[in-house]
Amino acid sequence: MKRALIVDDSGATRAVIRRMMGQLDFDCLEAEHGEAALEVLHNDEVDVALVDWNMPVMDGVTLVKRLRRERRFAALPVMMVSAETSAARMAQALAAGADEFVMKPVTLETLASKLELLGLGESS
Amino acid sequence: MSGGSAAGLAPIPAIEGASSHVPTTIEPVAFEFLRSFVARHSALVLEDGKEYLAINRLVPVLERHGLGSVEELIERLRTFTRGPLADEVVEAMTTNETSFFRDPHVFDALRDEILPRLWEERGTLRIWSGACSSGQEPYTLAMLVAEHFPHWRGRVSLLATDLSSAMVARTAEGRFSRLEVNRGLPANLLVAHFTPTGPDWVVNAELRSMIECRRLNLLDESWGVGTRDLVLLRNVLIYMPPETKAALLRRIRTEVLRPGGVLVLGSSETTLHLDDGFERVEVGRAIWYRRPE
Repeated sequence: MKRALIVDDSGATRAVIRRMMGQLDFDCLEAEHGEAALEVLHNDEVDVALVDWNMPVMDGVTLVKRLRRERRFAALPVMMVSAETSAARMAQALAAGADEFVMKPVTLETLASKLELLGLGESS
Repeated sequence: MSGGSAAGLAPIPAIEGASSHVPTTIEPVAFEFLRSFVARHSALVLEDGKEYLAINRLVPVLERHGLGSVEELIERLRTFTRGPLADEVVEAMTTNETSFFRDPHVFDALRDEILPRLWEERGTLRIWSGACSSGQEPYTLAMLVAEHFPHWRGRVSLLATDLSSAMVARTAEGRFSRLEVNRGLPANLLVAHFTPTGPDWVVNAELRSMIECRRLNLLDESWGVGTRDLVLLRNVLIYMPPETKAALLRRIRTEVLRPGGVLVLGSSETTLHLDDGFERVEVGRAIWYRRPE
């Protein structure tokens, strides 16, 4: 079973995404913000990180930049899952090193199609 | 008939509370009429057991025209077999399921194998995206060209057609909801080729100018699409009876594709046992059909 890390400060959002990822055969770990995510990632292996942008302590884009600086995480697939909807913000996240960007609200189909783009689809 | 002149299949005001009488069943005889009506106008087959789908799709048409039941609608269709109402019914019953980069391996094959080869042979590229629905397929093709073969620009003709005039208008406008652009479209391409406009995203003019959109019924005797190097007709044949599939495939091969030209079908579709004049090519998970030289 593949494994995902969900990074979002909203417990309700994490629960929704976790349920959807479960349907896509992903086991999920959770973190409330970027710093907590780094801690999880240093202790556990995951196939993909789903990262919110606006969070306390360490936001999502800062987390992505930190990950890309570490060799171990340089190639970890990262999907931003954010309420941000401007092209400029999206471009900023991609430039920071995110591989994909999903605008909230998230649907099962959206997640499935984006995971397929990252080579983590059902048939991968 | 419940009002309206012959020219007047124009909507009459909705009856107050009409939506509280949303039909939940359809008489077998009514479904049979609808089935033959839709088949005659679009060659699409409504399967048994899909009655609920028919009702779901017809409810908005009933509401727009202030009709209280499917039977009332059918009464009108018997009188006016052509016109706006007939078009709306056929459009409502046809499937518009699509997404950007649907079946990504097909677009990988187009980028790596099919498009470069077709280009090499002629130095131009004439593409027809048939039954393009709301336009995700032709725009995906346009993005492939813009991203990977920018030097081809100006020598690529991309024709997008659909049975539904509403879908043709949507394709021409190039406006997609957040949900639609979230699905299947890589974020870097969204940023590069779309502009957020209110809650939607609109394709940039440069990409839009690459596509010619028009309404086309695959049952029409003349298509007027000229000769094409590449035809995409995906997930359309599945709704058609075998004899219609065979006739369509033959027409595409003999009237539209140039020798060496390529037809791409949906993942569950084939020319096998329908038109054996095609050469089947398989690379990885992608399959396409070539008109022999």
